[in-house]
Amino acid sequence: MLRKLLDRFEPLFHKGGKFERLYPVYEAQDTFLYNTGEVVKGRTHVRDAIDTKRMMITVVIALIPCVLMACYNTGYQAGKILETSPAFVISDSAPPQGLPTGLAGWRYEVMNTLNLKYWDVGDFYKNLTAFDLTRIVSCVIFGLLYFLPVYIVTMAVGGACEALFSIIRRHEINEGFLVTGLLYPLTLPPNIPYWQVALGIMFGVVVGKEIFGGTGRNFLNPALTGRAFLYFAYPKQISGNSVWTGIDGYSGATALGKIAEPSSTGPVGETLATLYGPSSGATWSDFFWGNVHGSMGETSAFCCLLGAVILIMTRIGSWRIMAGVLIGMSAFSVLLWLLPKQETVWNILPHWHLVLGGFAFGTVFMATDPVSASMTNTGKWIYGGLIGFMTVLVRTVNPAFPEGIMLAILFANVLAPLIDYFVVQANVKRRALRYVA
Amino acid sequence: MDAILDLIRLFLRSAFVENLALVYFLGMCTFLAVSKNVKTALGLGVAVVVVQGITIPVNYLIYDFILKEGAYLFPANLEFLSLICFIGVIAAIVQILEMVLDKYFPALFNTLGIFLPLITVNCAILGGSLFMQQNEYNFTESCVYGVGSGFGWAVAIAALAGIREKITYSDIPKGLRGLGMVFVVVGLMALGFLAFTGI
Repeated sequence: MLRKLLDRFEPLFHKGGKFERLYPVYEAQDTFLYNTGEVVKGRTHVRDAIDTKRMMITVVIALIPCVLMACYNTGYQAGKILETSPAFVISDSAPPQGLPTGLAGWRYEVMNTLNLKYWDVGDFYKNLTAFDLTRIVSCVIFGLLYFLPVYIVTMAVGGACEALFSIIRRHEINEGFLVTGLLYPLTLPPNIPYWQVALGIMFGVVVGKEIFGGTGRNFLNPALTGRAFLYFAYPKQISGNSVWTGIDGYSGATALGKIAEPSSTGPVGETLATLYGPSSGATWSDFFWGNVHGSMGETSAFCCLLGAVILIMTRIGSWRIMAGVLIGMSAFSVLLWLLPKQETVWNILPHWHLVLGGFAFGTVFMATDPVSASMTNTGKWIYGGLIGFMTVLVRTVNPAFPEGIMLAILFANVLAPLIDYFVVQANVKRRALRYVA
Repeated sequence: MDAILDLIRLFLRSAFVENLALVYFLGMCTFLAVSKNVKTALGLGVAVVVVQGITIPVNYLIYDFILKEGAYLFPANLEFLSLICFIGVIAAIVQILEMVLDKYFPALFNTLGIFLPLITVNCAILGGSLFMQQNEYNFTESCVYGVGSGFGWAVAIAALAGIREKITYSDIPKGLRGLGMVFVVVGLMALGFLAFTGI
């Protein structure tokens, strides 16, 4: 039926039709729902059933664990504060007016209507280990109320920019934006103002990608370009201590932020345990599973690992880049660990670097972007190694930023074409020598 | 040991944190004009490293022995002359360097070609000498600073050339083609180099 509907409207969008200029919009709907109309006949052309569209969809599938975790964890962190922090505790019978204005606001109302205000019960947090479906579902729904608006704004504004460019410049709308539009909200803190979300994705899509001619022709990762733009233009809403949970006015530094304080000394585990307090739990496994606050999608190294497995199995993400990042990060952090320094930042071992901050997320989903990474195989190792090295450099040596993966990837994106150039030249030289001999 | 570490830090700072091209936006004319392909960009980059590495220490010596207030050779304060002195010294050194290369290293001279005279009027070179004066480096430091800042500029122009080679395959809107796009690219590159601020 859908097929018929699409077919009926198709002539309208062809040349001479009423909506000729809107053809890209139609085309995107059609090929998203069905296969492309132009099938290549003849054997020599068909090498694989995979095209950019299916590739991008696979990335989206690989991101699903991260999205689920983002929803769960955002809701969980926000609820935990409502339940346990003395300033925000609500008693069972207290009306919503008990909340400071803007604390949870409309989200509280929604949860109230759905009768899912799990933090009111007061016991859930104490029974963290107990498996309770209601609590999990409440967490996910509460988190969705944070994630979904950001996602909708991203898709609406970014998608509008993308469609506008496609219509004016007459190229197809590419599914690449589905990936960008999903990666971008995952890298943002839950409480970011929506106008900033819109501004960032607009910058990322237009300046980072569309002015170069669309997907596959840019040289920076669009999602990261947008985030970096926000990071430097509005640092107050995307860095610091008070943005990482959905509750206004609650201040809680990220683990990396705490470690980066000059007063922190000794091994990471102990530092975090003393900083967070023994009861809240800040062990390595907490960071691995992602029960900590941070940007919405980046907290769980485990979900990123699931994504990595999917990307490597389908050969969409380059395992060389991921391995390069890990090697670069491990080598440099071990080297720094050997230095006789007392501060915690200098003593983070590789397995901690892996689970802290956005390292896993950036390595799996951002660094492997095939457009902005190096193209050659040797180049991929170098490119990955550079990212790992730079991440540790920014985290440890640079006191200005606690987290470095975003800047490291952008820097490596800038150098990627040059790395490719040198790899190709070396190859040319080697082959020329072989020819002479 | 500490002195060496300090020099390494100075090298890295001059090359990346205070990158002449992408943080101070100096030497833009050559930076934008001679970055069409990686090979020429590398040639120019090498030339800048060499010239920076020679002119900044020489300018330091002139500044320290003649221009500075209470200097060894000329006690009066001649600091107001430093700008014009530095320009003259740079032009003279580039000229001498060109003649020496022409005579003894014709191959290198041919690769550098037009770039050496171009450098004479490059504001990145003069900027390097003026930063040396402003930051009050000593002789060793100004040697390291010279090579470091030249190296940073060379990396930046080579990276820009790599990107420009890559985006020749892009489909850029008509109004932005050519230099317009290069400005956008340089801006985005500067975003990438912000990773170093604060080191």
